Amino acid sequence: MSFFFEVLIGGLLSGVMYSLVALGFVLIYKASGVFNFAQGAMVFFAALTYVGLLEVGLAWWMAIPATLVVMVIVGLLTERFVLRPLVNQPQISLLMATIGLTFFIEGVAQLMWGANVRGLELGVQDEPIAWLMETANINVSRFDLMAALVAAILVTALALFFSRTRIGRALRAVADDHQAALAVGIPLQQIWAIVWGVAGAVALVAGLLWGARNGVQYALTFVALKALPVLILGGFESIPGAIVGGLIIGATEKLAEVYLGPFVGGGIEGWFPYVLALLFLLVRPEGLFGEKIIRRI
Amino acid sequence: MLYREAGQFKTSYEKDAAIFPILQDRIGMAVVLVVAFAVVPFVATPYVFTGILIPLLIFSLAALGLNILTGYAGQLSLGTAAFMAVGAFAAYNFMLRVPGIPVLVAFALAGVVAALVGILFGLPSLRIRGLYLVVATLAAQFFIVWFLTRVGWITNYSTSGVITAQQVVILGYAFTTPAAKYLLILSIVSLLALAAKNMARGNVGRSWMAVRDMDVAAEVIGIRLMRAKLLAFAVSSFYCGVAGALFAYLYLGTVEPEAFNLDLSFRILFMVIIGGVGTVMGSFLGAAFVTLLPVFLSVTVRFLDNILGLHIAESTISNLELIVFGGLIIFFLIVEPHGLARLWQIGKEKLRLWPFPH
Repeated sequence: MSFFFEVLIGGLLSGVMYSLVALGFVLIYKASGVFNFAQGAMVFFAALTYVGLLEVGLAWWMAIPATLVVMVIVGLLTERFVLRPLVNQPQISLLMATIGLTFFIEGVAQLMWGANVRGLELGVQDEPIAWLMETANINVSRFDLMAALVAAILVTALALFFSRTRIGRALRAVADDHQAALAVGIPLQQIWAIVWGVAGAVALVAGLLWGARNGVQYALTFVALKALPVLILGGFESIPGAIVGGLIIGATEKLAEVYLGPFVGGGIEGWFPYVLALLFLLVRPEGLFGEKIIRRI
Repeated sequence: MLYREAGQFKTSYEKDAAIFPILQDRIGMAVVLVVAFAVVPFVATPYVFTGILIPLLIFSLAALGLNILTGYAGQLSLGTAAFMAVGAFAAYNFMLRVPGIPVLVAFALAGVVAALVGILFGLPSLRIRGLYLVVATLAAQFFIVWFLTRVGWITNYSTSGVITAQQVVILGYAFTTPAAKYLLILSIVSLLALAAKNMARGNVGRSWMAVRDMDVAAEVIGIRLMRAKLLAFAVSSFYCGVAGALFAYLYLGTVEPEAFNLDLSFRILFMVIIGGVGTVMGSFLGAAFVTLLPVFLSVTVRFLDNILGLHIAESTISNLELIVFGGLIIFFLIVEPHGLARLWQIGKEKLRLWPFPH
């Protein structure tokens, strides 16, 4: 039984990491209705920039703000040169544009910093917590726990930002109705720029954690794709949805790998989340927390 | 002056429904076909065949398949490569397990198998659309590649999962030289392109376009959504499956499931976007562009290397390729959402007036 809990907790904690990536998607989708496929590339770019700056010789407390600035600039440039010209285009074009952006960012990132795999140290060891190991015989990684903590802080900060600040409220207004928001005097383009900046910051956090876990490498962009089933489960517009969806995906993925995997030859982690999301879609197309879509003729 | 339809009257319904109603188009098409069939095989070098022409044609077919689904029926798919994989491995198994099966029949059956798999993964499209469908096709992409890798029977228990395609022999003639392979691929692709063109301008294609433009309205005017969408998935997957079989048999020779990864799906999607969404011609233009761009880049780099003594590493070139692709996708979506095919249209408009400005 303790093995089951160990797998479950491990899955939930890795699900937190998916949630972190999914958060970036939700932020942008909420505010501008764009499904930003390039979020994964941004995560990769952030991690690579941070490691690159460390290699140049910056201390970590300088590298983090510097990377943050770079990410915000990337977000702003994207908003200005990719999305603004495509305003009011069909959603499918916007999606394809962000796929193009994915390749662009990946190319630039590797051109700037090289393509070899790098390690990233955050100062927290990826080792089991001794206390839990002794009392409950459950293996929980210290690193995973820290990631969960960071995610919790980030979500709380975002939730406060959205509900308490003036900009946050403007953001929600824009998400509800662009035109009404414009009509009451909310500067739409400024808001979009802020959202892209914030998404860049979230990408930085996700990139640091994922980079520390798996090494900073090209495969990070594939991890980001796992955020898609998370979003399907949770709904595209919901921040709590991203968290809950991430937890569900993380837990079921690990449980399926451990308990179902041996029967079908293993390696099912790669596709299980997608198939799960697919089956889920057939039952509830708008996700757990998504807004119900009503279509009239 | 050269390209003008003035004076070409359509006096019968047959003429009105002709595939190329304008004389100049007919001549142009005939010239293209004659050059492709009769001139190119004699002048092209083996490198041009295997490095450029064969992949170009195969990718054109795959892009055509995706264009039917995404361009005509409006269902975005990221699982193209997986359907190609189904075609490649189905063809391998037909050749392996059915004694004496003709190669072309095996290719066609491979297409049919791919079509069935396409219908299976197209089923969610009846309930979901847009972004959600993208995830459904991603599921197809990851699941199919995993399935092909894990089930030993499919790869005939090859330890590495790599299959070696059997020799292509039709009526006792072995297609081994690059020129022969090229001609075989060209014939298949031409026939399928003709079929696609006719489907696109006929009843089926129009129902697809109606579904794409507004599915509720299409349903109201009596188009059966389920039939139209699943047919689009089936036809698209058939094309991709045949392209996959050609890819394995006449281009690579030995192939593993991982060759059909997500990157290939993206690549084909780029061909469709750059070439022109919802046009048959665009699939060919896009495939040509995407296949030739790396060649062009490496030639440019070598040129710079020789002239200026600039040394650019291989990895830099592949990164530049990514940047150029990504940039071009965005550029095309912003500036010319209808792709290269639209540029060709504009060119024709200009030709119609030339040499006069108005």
